[in-house]
Amino acid sequence: MRRSPALRRIIPALAVGALVLAACGSDDDGGGEASDDSSAPAGTAAETGDVDCGATIEDGVLTIATGEPAFYPWVIDDEPETGEGFEAAVALAVAAEMGYEGDAVVWTRTTFDEAIQPGPKSFDMNLQQYSITPERAENIDFSLPYFTSNQAIVALEGSPAEGATTIADLKEVKFGAQAGTTSLDFINEVIQPTQDVFVYDDNVGAKAALEANQIDAAVFDLPTALFVSGVEIEGSSVVGQFPADAGGTTDQFGFVLELDSPLTSCVDQAITALTENGELEAITQEWLSDFTGAPVITAE
Amino acid sequence: MTDRPTRRELYERAQRRRSNVIAVISTVVVVGALIVLVPLTPGWDRVRQSFFDGDVFVDSFPRLLRAFWLDVKILLWSTPLILIVSLLIALARNTRSPALFPLRAFAVIYTDVFRGVPVILLVFLIGFGVPALGLSREWANPVIWGTVTLVLSYSAYTAEIIRSGIDGVHESQRAAARSLGMTSRQTMNSVILPQAFRRIGPPMMNTFVSLQKDVALVSLIGPVEILRQAGIDKAKFANFTPYVAASLIFLAITIPCTRLADHALAKQRRRTGATTIT
Repeated sequence: MRRSPALRRIIPALAVGALVLAACGSDDDGGGEASDDSSAPAGTAAETGDVDCGATIEDGVLTIATGEPAFYPWVIDDEPETGEGFEAAVALAVAAEMGYEGDAVVWTRTTFDEAIQPGPKSFDMNLQQYSITPERAENIDFSLPYFTSNQAIVALEGSPAEGATTIADLKEVKFGAQAGTTSLDFINEVIQPTQDVFVYDDNVGAKAALEANQIDAAVFDLPTALFVSGVEIEGSSVVGQFPADAGGTTDQFGFVLELDSPLTSCVDQAITALTENGELEAITQEWLSDFTGAPVITAE
Repeated sequence: MTDRPTRRELYERAQRRRSNVIAVISTVVVVGALIVLVPLTPGWDRVRQSFFDGDVFVDSFPRLLRAFWLDVKILLWSTPLILIVSLLIALARNTRSPALFPLRAFAVIYTDVFRGVPVILLVFLIGFGVPALGLSREWANPVIWGTVTLVLSYSAYTAEIIRSGIDGVHESQRAAARSLGMTSRQTMNSVILPQAFRRIGPPMMNTFVSLQKDVALVSLIGPVEILRQAGIDKAKFANFTPYVAASLIFLAITIPCTRLADHALAKQRRRTGATTIT
């Protein structure tokens, strides 16, 4: 925009020329926007040294995305605006640390795919239990983790998975998991069952498959597993969890940002501050204290 | 067979050659423009990284190919079953005896219901619902019930295609056959159906290609087929390249299928003596 607006109006005359010039032109804009935003800081942005907390998609407003719907205990009653629920509370605390409070925080909803698609994003940061993995990090930015979870097994009464104490006890079990989760990788890479894993879009599918006698057990992150067994699937229980020090893998949840987002370091700084002053631990205690108890399953 | 081409044949050959040259030039121009212009767009680098990542492609391709085998198996099971069920439904709908009214009513209701309800709902309803009635693990297998769902749904569509083929055979054919002393069954089997099937080649092929892609719906109830595997890999790498790889595998099957159907159709057209106007 800064550069020769008159030229831009003439461009459409030549189709090919327009494409070439537009390509160069918008590159300039990209650089321009970033520097514009940092030189004109959003009024509410905190003074955070040389970390840039002002480069949001809308000036002075931080747009946070979560899933549609957002599930208990991550967000209570699908209303993240209230700050009720673990992820809602964490997001508001991080936003406050970044200098955005009250009306300066706006919520939006996205699917997983919208969060990873190329091009401009509809959010500044996105949290819906995104597990941090190195493969994903090549295409999106992750913040530091705000939560670490174990994987856990949910099974109906009488399932062959019941009473398992080691991973070897689970080889013959028919498993189900949610598509695109680290739980699925965990089954395939750590448990390595003899039967193919069935995969569902959501935990509703896994629930139906358990009831239809198509699978013996399903794997989720521990808080989800406790919620699913306690509330959603009657007659089921968490028959075991896999702590990292017992040969399991842990899932670390982080905020998702656009690749190379200037905000990432700001979010990281906020999470570090919340971890150091104990606030993150307090939030975890408040919302997830009921979500840690389950028998332990070990590697050997 | 004459040794020397006639003037007309020479003229037609020249015309064909000219058409080919024009087709080649216009194709080169269009494809060339796409190859040159698309990378000039501002977001191209990001799009290329998200959709055309070579490493992700190579990593996911073998898994996708393995998962595709399940699609092929479901397709091979369901296609003959669909042909049988749909033919029975179409014949039921074409019965004329007053005593068979309940059969006709059933055929109408069947096509209305299974064509009207989205396949995705049927997949859930039959795939999770029927096994939950209390089937053993072996018979609760979602691959079985997913295939059953596809057969039920696609038979409704295919029955309508067959029926349109039967209706398309002129009534005088039936009258002529009956006047020769054929029974109504003989009339249907040796006069009506052969002509009907010849006409419905293209729409049947269309439905078959559509079925190949709808096989993916079976993945909603658990089995990991190619699109599900692509979705898993997409989430693993946060990258859409696995979908592109899956599309290529689909195309490798559907394109030869449609070309084959085109070829058969062209052959039939030549045989029935229709000339092609360009």
